Amino acid sequence: MAMLEVQDLNVRFYTDDGVVKATDDLSYRIEAGERFGVVGESGAGKSVTSLALMRLIDEPGVIESGEIRFKGENILEMDEEEMRSLRGNEIAMIFQDAGTALNPSYTVGEQISEAIRYHLGLDEAAARERAIETLESVGIPSAAERYSDYPHEFSGGMQQRVVIAIALSCDPDLIIADEPTTALDVTIEAQILELLEDVATEFDTAIQLITHDLGVVAEFCDRVMVMYAGHPVEMAPVEDVYYDPQHPYTVGLMSSIPRIGDDRDRLQTIPGRMPDLIEMPPGCNFHPRCPYAEESCTRVEPRLVDVETGDPADPINSDAQTAACLAHTGELTGELDYEVTVQGEDAPTESGPASGTSTGANDR
Amino acid sequence: MSSETSQRTTERGRIRVSGFDVDRVESRDPLSSWEPDLQSEAGRGRLEYAWERFKRNRLALFGAATIGLMVLLAMFSRPIQLPGSFPVLAGQTVQPLSLAPADPANQDVITGYREPTLENVLTWPPTGLYLFGADWAGRDILSRVMYGGRWSLSIGFIAVAMALLVGIPLGSIAGYYGGKVDELIMRIVDMLYAFPFIVLAIAVIAVLGRGYWEMILALVVVGWLPYARIIRGEILSVKENEYVTAAKALGSRDRSIITRHILPNAMAPVIVQATLSIGTTVLVAAALGFIGLGLSPASAEWGVMLNVEQDAIARGRWWAGLFPGLAIFAFVMAINLVGDGVRDAFDPQGDQTDTDTGGLR
Amino acid sequence: MSGSEPLLRVEGLEKYYESESDFIDRLLGRQKEVKAVDGVSFEINEGETLGLVGESGCGKSSIGRSVLRLREPTAGSVYFKGQDITTLSDSELRDLRKEMQIIFQNPQSSLNPRLTVNDIIGEALDIHGIEGGVSRDARIKELLERVGLNASHANRYPHEFSGGQLQRIGIARALAVDPGFIVCDEPVSALDVSVQAQILNLLEDLQDELGIAYLFIAHDLSVVEHIADQIAVMYLGKIAEIGTPEELFAPPQHPYTEALLSAIPEPDPLWEGDRILLEGSVPSPIDPPSGCKFHTRCPRVIPPSDYEFEQEEWRAVMSLRHRAREADIAVETFDAEGAELTAALREELDLPSALSDPEAEQVVQEALRSVADEAFADAERLLSETFETPCTTDEPVLRRTDAGRVACHLFDPAYENGASDGTAAGDGPTTSDGTSAGSAPSGGD
Repeated sequence: MAMLEVQDLNVRFYTDDGVVKATDDLSYRIEAGERFGVVGESGAGKSVTSLALMRLIDEPGVIESGEIRFKGENILEMDEEEMRSLRGNEIAMIFQDAGTALNPSYTVGEQISEAIRYHLGLDEAAARERAIETLESVGIPSAAERYSDYPHEFSGGMQQRVVIAIALSCDPDLIIADEPTTALDVTIEAQILELLEDVATEFDTAIQLITHDLGVVAEFCDRVMVMYAGHPVEMAPVEDVYYDPQHPYTVGLMSSIPRIGDDRDRLQTIPGRMPDLIEMPPGCNFHPRCPYAEESCTRVEPRLVDVETGDPADPINSDAQTAACLAHTGELTGELDYEVTVQGEDAPTESGPASGTSTGANDR
Repeated sequence: MSSETSQRTTERGRIRVSGFDVDRVESRDPLSSWEPDLQSEAGRGRLEYAWERFKRNRLALFGAATIGLMVLLAMFSRPIQLPGSFPVLAGQTVQPLSLAPADPANQDVITGYREPTLENVLTWPPTGLYLFGADWAGRDILSRVMYGGRWSLSIGFIAVAMALLVGIPLGSIAGYYGGKVDELIMRIVDMLYAFPFIVLAIAVIAVLGRGYWEMILALVVVGWLPYARIIRGEILSVKENEYVTAAKALGSRDRSIITRHILPNAMAPVIVQATLSIGTTVLVAAALGFIGLGLSPASAEWGVMLNVEQDAIARGRWWAGLFPGLAIFAFVMAINLVGDGVRDAFDPQGDQTDTDTGGLR
Repeated sequence: MSGSEPLLRVEGLEKYYESESDFIDRLLGRQKEVKAVDGVSFEINEGETLGLVGESGCGKSSIGRSVLRLREPTAGSVYFKGQDITTLSDSELRDLRKEMQIIFQNPQSSLNPRLTVNDIIGEALDIHGIEGGVSRDARIKELLERVGLNASHANRYPHEFSGGQLQRIGIARALAVDPGFIVCDEPVSALDVSVQAQILNLLEDLQDELGIAYLFIAHDLSVVEHIADQIAVMYLGKIAEIGTPEELFAPPQHPYTEALLSAIPEPDPLWEGDRILLEGSVPSPIDPPSGCKFHTRCPRVIPPSDYEFEQEEWRAVMSLRHRAREADIAVETFDAEGAELTAALREELDLPSALSDPEAEQVVQEALRSVADEAFADAERLLSETFETPCTTDEPVLRRTDAGRVACHLFDPAYENGASDGTAAGDGPTTSDGTSAGSAPSGGD
């Protein structure tokens, strides 16, 4: 049994304009110590999954059905008391905007030790000691002195470290990181990712990383779920997703990132835009943007299947690469005729900028 | 299907995807009737959305209806004649209706108080007379309350409108240009704020004397301050928006930037504040009337009516003070309901209640 | 780069802001200057793209606005088609707005929510009296279709569109006046990956068709690499390195460029490039470091030639010096005294228990003793006087190297053998910049 198992989760938002299916029969699992990535563009339903795990979905959102089993217990059946002791203690969250995640009128130390006192029942002095230790472990220099500083006295990167420290303070088993580096500069992002990687290894914490940045996922995650319009369209170990994507949307995403060293002139794009979740295209949600779509795609809604066997996927028990495209169940007459090539293997020494000879600098 | 051929590398940009042929999507006919529609119905601005939300707010609608009724009653209580100085139509009657059961200035044959009873209505033709009783001079209070709305209500609306006319330009200039101008205007505001509202108004009336326009002027002198302050703050934040920079980059003139891009986006809180302060202005006008600094004691302004009946309540003639007081109360209450409705309409997030069920049913 | 005058030439541009202050401070003239842009020079040719990269607060947006005089530059010149626009009057400037435009980062806030698309684009036409009547509507329609929008949506309000569509409207507004130069201020940072690619392609198509030059400001080096002909890397108001993408990514590189590049997460799970992790964050521009502004975070500060340092040791000594300068060592929190305290300090600062050079070790020990007494100024003075390095004293200028122009003492022949001769910088850089006029920013003050 995995540490976290999400089964057939349905979250709906009842808005004035209509019912939004934020997630639709979503299933996945996270093993202890695993780093699980959730990728997608804005509006794909990424953040909803994390809020559902913490049962923090607000009106007009409703968890309609499904199970979220954390260490075998269904979170959705817990009472408020159990839920409170779970939040922050066993499952912690890191937000995108550290500036607003911290309360400006308390010192960072108070904010950390508050969680420690509440969840671990330590007295004030012990909580303070542990808070300082945690601050040190996230790389805040002179932690004891900075304990009594207010959030605004920290830079953006340091604030995010404090948020991570709060998340770590009670030694959780799962950290949900929702775009933790999006608001940060790239050099700071590198620091924070390294820190997350270190603490995940050190404390053996599982991390669900939600992001739109394919670079961050490639670097950080073991397994990835690609989401489109509330559905997972592909779920696989990270290498498979990058080197052998099996869903046209994943392929489109992979081809539209500008990569350093790729000197092709135009970026490939995915035409159009994501449908709003109220009025979805029939059949496969992606078909209006998909170059491989056929008539059958407008009729049949593809399910997540094992790409090799075509059998319905079992994301809870299996690690196989799965994708939700009719091409894998033989219902598509054409095929997905894209190609992924890896430079330097088939055709060695394609000139990337790193190896490119620098011309033009001297002859001017 | 795994990546057994790949090895660890330090070279960037190795993975290349090709054959994701976008043209195929663009050149083919749509496969289904589904259209990537825009997010909402065509051509509706934010004001229309605000109006939609206001219409759904029943309390605010009730308030608006109350105010509308009071305004109509005031307008149609007695006929309106244009003043003699009016060109061409001088002395003409523009509003012939007369809903008030009696002339508000007309004293009864027997001067003195009369209790409001249903009997009075039935026994004393014409119908409806003395429904609210009569005051010390035997004047019909119902008629006076209806007719008095002309002063009380118009003072509220006119004083707020004029205060807006002063406050918005000054606040806009201070906010948009900043620097010394801003410093000057805002220090004046600070100074005027240092006086209690009512004391300043009393001081102005003490200088100018009593009267309708003097009263309005006194209310404007103190009334423009909050608008100037609010609009300045709003403009400071609105002018940071990139559409303002974009307009500058296109070469728009300052006047057009302020009126077209900044003010329309800064007005919402001012409108809310103005709506709410119509009520307080009417209250202050009534208070001034009550302490004898309002209109002439003969007028039917609600505050003045309370003033002249100060001792009546103590002597058991509760109706003489109750009905003008109720009129003030009803109007201020109604305007506050409308004001809250306007605020909620402009700020749809504000009214969502936060339930801590975590989305569970 | 042709021999003729470039479309846009910026020389010694400076933009200082006054730091936040209250009424009394203003009265007394007690204000501090924030040097957002501190002497920047570059040029852009017709139909070319200059990418401007840097972390937040490096002054790249200020450059974009100053070049258009949306904010008045403090000093320096901006020549557009040979004309210095910093000297133009308001009405002359208004005419010039037809030729220079800007598109913004946040599509939501860059379009007035109370105007329809028709009004937004039409405003540009109205101001300059470009088209009236029927042809105005036709022109708006044409512009919308040009940027890939449905022309029948002209009567809608901004909130009805998605982010990518809004960005297209912003581009249409800029195009309306038919400009020859557009400042793109982080135009794709707020967009999703697939939409970002669409907008980048659109910008490139427009450049090909209409010959528009771009100043493309971004924090994402991979986006800039893709679109730019020249890239300038900025750090704290100055250009650290400038060159073509190939030059920039090839050695010799400015240590900052190197770190910036290495920090970009590569979308390739098997990529294992070496990360150069910079310490700390960008210093405040109110009180920037002396000498090379990057020296407080630089992993390759030139060590003094009189002493023998391992790179790690030298870095730790620099860090000690930096923190002594900031008085950022909480001595009282260490529960130790004497030798124990200095040992604890060494651990905190990653200093080895003994430096390899005994002479340097003596100096460091003395400095640590000063720190232990909380005499930070003494420690700082001692360290900076003994371990002299050009990086903390002399401001590097942009000089031509084999690949691009770099502002770093590492590539200054005068410092090739370490920092023994601290006088070389400044007088007669050994390079000539060829055709590039306005060679190097010579430091604002």
